[in-house]
Amino acid sequence: MSDVVEKTLTALPGLFDSQTGAAKITNRLKQLIKSITELTSKHEEENLMKQELSAMKEQVSSPNTTMKQMREVMVRAMYCEMLGYDASFTYIHAIKLAQQGSVLEKRVGYLAVSLFLSEGHELLLLLVNTVLKDLQSTNLIEACMALTVVAQVFPKDMIPAVLPLVEDKLSHPKEIIRRKAVLALYKFYLIAPNQVQHIHAKFRKALCDKDPGVMTSSLHIYLQLIRESPDDYKDLTGSFVAILKQVVGGKLPMDFNYHNVPAPWLQIQLLRILSLLGREDQSTSELMYEVLDESLRRAEMNHNITYAILYECVKAVYTIHPKAELLEKAARCIGNFVLSPKINLKYLGLKALTYVVQHDAKLALQHQMTIIECLDHSDFTIKRETLELLFRITNAQNVTVIVEKMLDFLRGCNDEHTVIHLVGKVAELAEKYPFHSLTGRLLQRMTLSRVHKKYISSYKINTNLLCVSFYFTSYVPIITLTFAPDNSWFIQTMNDVFSIGGDLLQQDVPNNFLRLLAEGSESKEEDDELRLYAVDSYLTVLKGDTSHLPQRFLQVMSWVLGEYSDLQECVDQREVIRLLTKLLDQRSVTSETRVWILSALTKISEGQTDLILDLSESLSYSQDTVLRQQAQELRHLSRDSQLHEWALPRGAPWDSMEVDSSLSFLDGFVSEALAAGAAPYKPPHQRQEELCEERALNLEPYSFSLPVSLSSCSITDRQSPTMLSVSSGISGNSTELSQKAGSSTVILEGVKRVWGKDGYLPQKETAATAPPVDKPSIAVQSSGQQEAAERTEPQPEPPMQNQDKQQLASSLFVGLGAQSSISLLGKSEAPPPRFRKKPRPHESSSSSGTSERSSVSSSRSSHSTTDGFLYGSLLEEEPATSISGVDHTPKSTTANGLGQNKHTDGDRRTNTSQILGSDMVIVRPNTIQDKYPSSVSSDLTALLPPDLKDLPHSDVISLTSDPSLSLASCRVFRDEALLLVIFICNCTETVIKDVAVQLTCEELQTASLRGNVVDCLEGRSTSVCHYALLMDDPHTNVSFTGTVSYQTQPGHTNTLSFSGTLSTADFIRPLVVTTEEYGKLWLSLSHDVKQNLKLLTAAGDPLRTTLNALKDALQLHVVDIIGSEGIVACRLLSGAPCLLHCRVNGAALAMWLRSPHPALPDCILYHCQRALAEH
Amino acid sequence: MHFLLLFSRQGKLRLQKWFLPLPERERKKIVKDMTTMVLARKPRTCNFLHWRDLKIVYKRYASLYFCCGLENQDNELLALEILHRYVELLDKYFGNVCELDIIFNFEKAYFILDEFLMGGEIQETSKQSIAKSVEASDMLQETMEEYMSKPAF
Repeated sequence: MSDVVEKTLTALPGLFDSQTGAAKITNRLKQLIKSITELTSKHEEENLMKQELSAMKEQVSSPNTTMKQMREVMVRAMYCEMLGYDASFTYIHAIKLAQQGSVLEKRVGYLAVSLFLSEGHELLLLLVNTVLKDLQSTNLIEACMALTVVAQVFPKDMIPAVLPLVEDKLSHPKEIIRRKAVLALYKFYLIAPNQVQHIHAKFRKALCDKDPGVMTSSLHIYLQLIRESPDDYKDLTGSFVAILKQVVGGKLPMDFNYHNVPAPWLQIQLLRILSLLGREDQSTSELMYEVLDESLRRAEMNHNITYAILYECVKAVYTIHPKAELLEKAARCIGNFVLSPKINLKYLGLKALTYVVQHDAKLALQHQMTIIECLDHSDFTIKRETLELLFRITNAQNVTVIVEKMLDFLRGCNDEHTVIHLVGKVAELAEKYPFHSLTGRLLQRMTLSRVHKKYISSYKINTNLLCVSFYFTSYVPIITLTFAPDNSWFIQTMNDVFSIGGDLLQQDVPNNFLRLLAEGSESKEEDDELRLYAVDSYLTVLKGDTSHLPQRFLQVMSWVLGEYSDLQECVDQREVIRLLTKLLDQRSVTSETRVWILSALTKISEGQTDLILDLSESLSYSQDTVLRQQAQELRHLSRDSQLHEWALPRGAPWDSMEVDSSLSFLDGFVSEALAAGAAPYKPPHQRQEELCEERALNLEPYSFSLPVSLSSCSITDRQSPTMLSVSSGISGNSTELSQKAGSSTVILEGVKRVWGKDGYLPQKETAATAPPVDKPSIAVQSSGQQEAAERTEPQPEPPMQNQDKQQLASSLFVGLGAQSSISLLGKSEAPPPRFRKKPRPHESSSSSGTSERSSVSSSRSSHSTTDGFLYGSLLEEEPATSISGVDHTPKSTTANGLGQNKHTDGDRRTNTSQILGSDMVIVRPNTIQDKYPSSVSSDLTALLPPDLKDLPHSDVISLTSDPSLSLASCRVFRDEALLLVIFICNCTETVIKDVAVQLTCEELQTASLRGNVVDCLEGRSTSVCHYALLMDDPHTNVSFTGTVSYQTQPGHTNTLSFSGTLSTADFIRPLVVTTEEYGKLWLSLSHDVKQNLKLLTAAGDPLRTTLNALKDALQLHVVDIIGSEGIVACRLLSGAPCLLHCRVNGAALAMWLRSPHPALPDCILYHCQRALAEH
Repeated sequence: MHFLLLFSRQGKLRLQKWFLPLPERERKKIVKDMTTMVLARKPRTCNFLHWRDLKIVYKRYASLYFCCGLENQDNELLALEILHRYVELLDKYFGNVCELDIIFNFEKAYFILDEFLMGGEIQETSKQSIAKSVEASDMLQETMEEYMSKPAF
């Protein structure tokens, strides 16, 4: 008895201590929160927090702090961080808490970790062991916590550490663990798809799990997988349909109901998956009609969640192969949405309509009045969604009204992203629906065949028929249309676009606009009319207040005035000059814009020396070199009118320019210099190489040697007749050549090719500097636009507001339905763009000129100087290189002789060759599947050049073919590069001329070595061309695309596209090292990945078998095998090494990869897995 | 779902959950933008907003705004229901939940959220099982507390 009492007494102080302590601390958080809410100023709060944080700091660093107290501190730290104060000193303690605390404290510790440390925080590494321990714990709650934190914060490179354990959890008896494991794997899949690709089979098991929760979770992964490749999962359609049927039929436990709707989240997930599976696939779609019908029917309840399901259902119905009955029901559903008084449903209805009108524009007609109401809705979001819808139903007849509405909205909008987004759309519409487009189309139908026959030979241009028919429009009485836009509308709209969009505008908007003006249509009168209108309009704008105008707009205006102001005869050129000069004086004008203005002045300054001289004098001292140079040019040209006339011929047609991309005009200069004893030109890398050799011993055995071998190839193997000129051109200046090469493949808006007295002046690209953002301004409303507005409402001031709306409706929805006055257009057939847009070969979604580079040019940029040579030859050998459009860079000129003058013309030649390039019949590309290559008879390998015959190479696989040509490729593995050898076989008996191959690949550096241009390919003969491919950054798979253009008969060019995939395995080379070297290298490498792989146990020693299999598949070098361990080495071409350490671990092969390159181990691991799986 | 924020009518942040890794500065910017945008909304407007390339879905419960950022293809109504379900869960746990419950027990609110959403996707749709697993951990908390405070005989 006394014993017990005694024990109790001794324990009491501790009991009190911990209780009061805990109470005190909990109180402290409450206290803190309370005192903060009572504070009045930010300053007081800061002071309080400062105190609090220092108190916490003290507490965490004190050794006497118990885990329990730490838990409370952590909660306070979370609170402080939430308020935005830095409590980073507690991070390490959060990890400690998760590591050492009891379950409770662990929970807080993990929570703190997941809130404090985002993916990639360095302290996370310290968490790995804790997580591993908890994952293995038998305590359910600990395992749950570990899975949660893994899914929350683990970065890519830490996933392999926990992956096997998480995988094991998929077969855990408790469903909550399985569910969390599936979601953690889903998260892994999002971060690093390669690492979980081997467990796809287990996902299927999760899909069939008896617990609906686990099954639901697995759908997240499936949605993602199916989004990426729907074809691989078509076989699961039946299962998904069956699941959905059960869910809709209420077969799930009541527990999953949400407001009496059975498992809505699950339903929606399934509907999304089904819509992806059924897209453009009739047979798969047919499987799901019934269940979709059922879903539409069942979802009748008046609750938000049923609407969410309905919305998803409608989307699915419109995505999959259509079925009339379902479409009708879905349309009715949308009607309910749109007509609903609930604003959220209305929004969703509009969204659904936006989606649906792409398939059926008539549906919008039924809801005209609602749409009109939404257009004037007070809610910004609804308005914006309505405009989005209107954008989709725009046609030539309602475009003016819709654009007007969009501009109205934009004027009242101050959200940057919305402005950029919508302004781009307005510009798109304005360019798409031009004046006379209707007459153009009518004519197109009538004169199509005639025009085609007659003009196809005489105009060597893109035979876009619309353009040709534009030619006739001036001879035909124009059908007057109420809403047909015209010149003034177009220019005025673009003015609005520029002034509202300001400098936020995407660069391609002004580019496209200027291109439209410059290229024009076939009819010169019409073009001039448009240009004239632009000039007039800009002069009006410039006469007003110009200080608020965005830079982009000023640039556009100055370009147009420079080019076309002479069209306007009644305006004095001096007046134009004065206006432009006035702009130069403005402070807000950036130097980039100044350059535009100056080049405009240069073009129109002829004979106005008095006005110009002062100006050029003052700018000659500018800080900006480009500006200074422009000023110099201006001065010289304005003094010498003959030179001016010569350098900048007035009204010269765009396509009469000739460009000498080989710079042959420099030949004389070069030979003179050589004769005078100058050293012959060497490319920079060669010079560097020599320098290295002179300096010291080359200690690096595998230094980057490719450029040398490539360039030597291109010198010796060149088949082109203009070889001399190229090399001489390079001897002038190699950077300049690479610049030049760029001009014929890409537009680099903002890059100024400027020629100075002493040739090319290298300069920095100014395009990147963002000019100060001007507030969007309201453009001057011209009378033209007012007229247009009046036309839409012919009845002046109708008394009834409703009538007003009716009117608006009729103007908005004209052309959509059968009852509209002119329905010649067909419903959803969009009229072709106003002026033909030149097809841009590499037109990507990117907007800025620089990102439009093809891979050819991107590799050029990485090797900018070194590869000047290579690309010189590339360019020269590719007459069919297509060009991306007119370069609107201000043209500048020099007073310095013929050669350079020709160069200025280079800009213009781009048009010609582009036009030639687009005069092609595009053949549908035949893509090949890498998995099932169609083998071509091996006799092609006999055609391999002798120097490549001995190298290891792959089988020859067919790339593509058409009746005249067939293409096959073979990969040759050189140490420092992958050579792609392309065999071009002429399948006909006749000669094929001008065969040109062009190959691009985003991820790789490509360089043509030889033979990508063949002037003449005899019947039944084969030509061989080579590409050297370099991989700098490992990608698991890369695809290349390319085109071959050829002429079967003169003047008629065909193109044939091809594509293919390459894997990293093609770029892996064995790395021969000794065991000692391996050991040293191993220690020096930083990035590692570990994973268990399948061990091949077929015959003999499993380790040896497995390594040999890997060696065969991947060209690895097996360094040594000692007992149950093996070391293997390889490298990425002649670049980054990757060391593999393999150990037999039970039935698995524990693989540990190290490399200096962060992504390389991942890639190699992926291919090892594949190789073993296929074995 | 990219993120979930809870903030008061005064724009004070009450809870933040990020499902994608974002730098600190970006997070602060988002919080600031969200509070200003959402608080500026007039009554009787819809619960959706556009922000950059995300869609924002928000809903006000008493004095607290629940706000989440979605990708473009996500279903807004569904997100609204996710928010609602979260409120229901909080309500079930705290019993007639109010803002103060969340202020003073924000870590509990986080625990519930972690049981409900994982990796930005809904993890458990059944109200009972979430409540069960949260309670299980809480029970443990209590038993552990009891256990710890018990004198060691």
